Amino acid sequence: MGGVHPEENKFSENAAIEMLPLPKQVIVQLGQNLGAPSKPLVKRGDMVKVGQMIGKGESFISANLHSPASGKVLKVDDAPDASGYRRPAVYIDVDGDEWVDDVDLSPGIERAIKLSRQEIIEKIKECGIVGLGGATFPTHVKLMVPDGKKAEYLLINGVECEPYLTSDHRLMLEKGEEVLIGTQILMKALEVDKAIIGIENNKSDAINHLNTLAAGYEGISVQPLKVKYPQGGEKQLIKAVLNREVPSGKLPIEVGCVVSNVGTAFAVYEAVQKNKPLIERVVTITGKAVKKPSNFMVRIGTPISQLVEAAEGLPENTGKVINGGPMMGKALTNLDVPIVKGSSGILLMKKEESLRPTSKTCIRCSKCTVVCPMGLEPFLLSKLSKLAEYERAEKQKIMDCIECGSCQYTCPSHLPLLDYLRLGKLRVGQIIRTRK
Amino acid sequence: MNIFTISGSPHIHGDENVRKIMYTVVYALVPAILVSLYFFGLDAVRVLLISVLACLFFEWIIQKYLIKGPITINDGSAVVAGLLLAFNIPSNIPAYIIIIGALVTIGVGKMSFGGLGKNIFNPALVGRVFMLISFPVQMTSWPVPKPLFGSDIMADAITGPTALGILKEGIGAGKTIDQIMADPNMPDYIDRLTGNMGGSLGEMSAIALLLGGIYMIIRKVIDWQVPFTIIATVFIVAGIFHLIDPQHYIDPMFHLFTGGLMLGAIYMATDMVSSPMNMTGKLIYSVGIGLITIVIRLWGAYPEGISFAILIMNAFVPLLNNSFKPKRFGVAVVKK
Repeated sequence: MGGVHPEENKFSENAAIEMLPLPKQVIVQLGQNLGAPSKPLVKRGDMVKVGQMIGKGESFISANLHSPASGKVLKVDDAPDASGYRRPAVYIDVDGDEWVDDVDLSPGIERAIKLSRQEIIEKIKECGIVGLGGATFPTHVKLMVPDGKKAEYLLINGVECEPYLTSDHRLMLEKGEEVLIGTQILMKALEVDKAIIGIENNKSDAINHLNTLAAGYEGISVQPLKVKYPQGGEKQLIKAVLNREVPSGKLPIEVGCVVSNVGTAFAVYEAVQKNKPLIERVVTITGKAVKKPSNFMVRIGTPISQLVEAAEGLPENTGKVINGGPMMGKALTNLDVPIVKGSSGILLMKKEESLRPTSKTCIRCSKCTVVCPMGLEPFLLSKLSKLAEYERAEKQKIMDCIECGSCQYTCPSHLPLLDYLRLGKLRVGQIIRTRK
Repeated sequence: MNIFTISGSPHIHGDENVRKIMYTVVYALVPAILVSLYFFGLDAVRVLLISVLACLFFEWIIQKYLIKGPITINDGSAVVAGLLLAFNIPSNIPAYIIIIGALVTIGVGKMSFGGLGKNIFNPALVGRVFMLISFPVQMTSWPVPKPLFGSDIMADAITGPTALGILKEGIGAGKTIDQIMADPNMPDYIDRLTGNMGGSLGEMSAIALLLGGIYMIIRKVIDWQVPFTIIATVFIVAGIFHLIDPQHYIDPMFHLFTGGLMLGAIYMATDMVSSPMNMTGKLIYSVGIGLITIVIRLWGAYPEGISFAILIMNAFVPLLNNSFKPKRFGVAVVKK
């Protein structure tokens, strides 16, 4: 149900993944995952190696952090994150690329899975793997299926429905085998025997490539999907692949599913088979005016400015820089913000694209209701939120909103529907928490 | 130092806007406008121009001097209201009545509620019904069409009743359907389909109206379910009574191609502002319009009832919006 079809603009889909040179300084945010921030393990003046743990995830929903570069810790101090808030981060002056000893840096593919189920989860936790689709939920927590629930399917999300972004697409093409082994590892951890990789039809090369490879892996199949935003949403993917609806307010495990991104599957492969912690990821740098739209393997903590330089510089008329895709990404205030685990792409928008048109009054066309993938009424929810009618908004299921932005994308009156929905969700969330 | 724009997502827009939607309706009305020009010639030009210009003028003057807000007469909504008002009145109506109608359409029907998007009732129908009640004689003396290239170019001011009017009068006088259909003024099937009969300016040709309707459905400005349900309801109810007593109730096809049913179902009932905002509501609303229309046509005092039907159902829209919700994702339908 619902959904929109924005222009795809996948300019970088044919650009092979390149290694981005090491920056002079990395800024590693301590709160990169959903849940509690990691606790710093280093202090000013410490020498660190690549892969050395520098932040520990101590609470239940939390993840470890590892140094993405070798060098000297300059300071542990606040740094502005993608939202513009100042949050604690570890600054490291880079002076080389010296790795910790136990990481396997050989180029060969390690196929045999030697670890047991419990060891796999432990390894994933140790290596600080989080969901790389953007939500950054710690993967080891996802793998611990609560008592009384049973996972039946593992879904691997290769949908990449956001316009412009191509990092998952390239990963599936270039690291297909690693993604499949990672999928197998996750299957073992979850004790499921069926995994389905969902990919939209606009990536037929990736579908064919993974289909060929998947023949060698028992229980893994590839399912082509119609192109539709926001099909990469967890609940939407489950609906599209298995026609099951995750109940309102519940997790996918309720319908026997666990969903992971292809990027996460690759990171899991590297962690479990190569003992390599999550210190780098594929990031797309793109935009209509970008001279060389590309995909880079980027160390976490690299400032975005370096990525922009590698794409042959900031175009003259850049008006907006977005961390993520154009539908759900965050606008950045400056280019010094570092890459975090959840950064899938950097989109540079031209000045003329970056301003919103003046909004008019609602003409009650109900297009927002038609496109809402959650069956909500954005026109009503935004109005209730504007009027501070939070209890009514809660009854109208405002908390089910996945913030995909389809409503605002469609609105012929250019109303800031999602802005008000976000405000409403924030307030309703606070109200719900105080009730407990 | 670069200064970047900051805003919440989404950062792109689907390129749909109010103006585009309104002009889609205007383009969809073009075939029917051409048919009215063919049948009524300069009279049609006169009515269309006066109505549209008067609507634009009243919207401008109210926004400038009463509301003192932004002037939005170029968004196309006043043009649509003006065209639809013109479509709903006879071509020989005096100019001053059109201007009064336009004032009620824009002033009472639209601006008194706060302008575009806020009105409960379809503005053009508010104007039309006001005119029908205030000027019953002028509003129901229908000029007989004199096609531009027709052989019988007769004098002006030939008026006659509409097909529905002949029917109503005949039934009232106790005639059977066969006797009524034998009336020389009664248009035949081809005339009813192409619109060569007495009636309001724009309700003449079912084919031209359907053409515009299909265009609006393709452009996603209207949902096909609304006109389809209204027409189907009229057809089914009229059909049932026709089967019971064919000498007292005319066959349902007659109802589909006469009067303002097509115009009302395709262009007026589908008005975004005054129709329900979810499919269940839309279906109930459409069935309601169909039922009230056919009840007025079969047993009411007026020969035609679609304007009243739409206005009555418009009043139920807020209730329908509150009572029916779209199917929520992940919320099971509670079975009673």
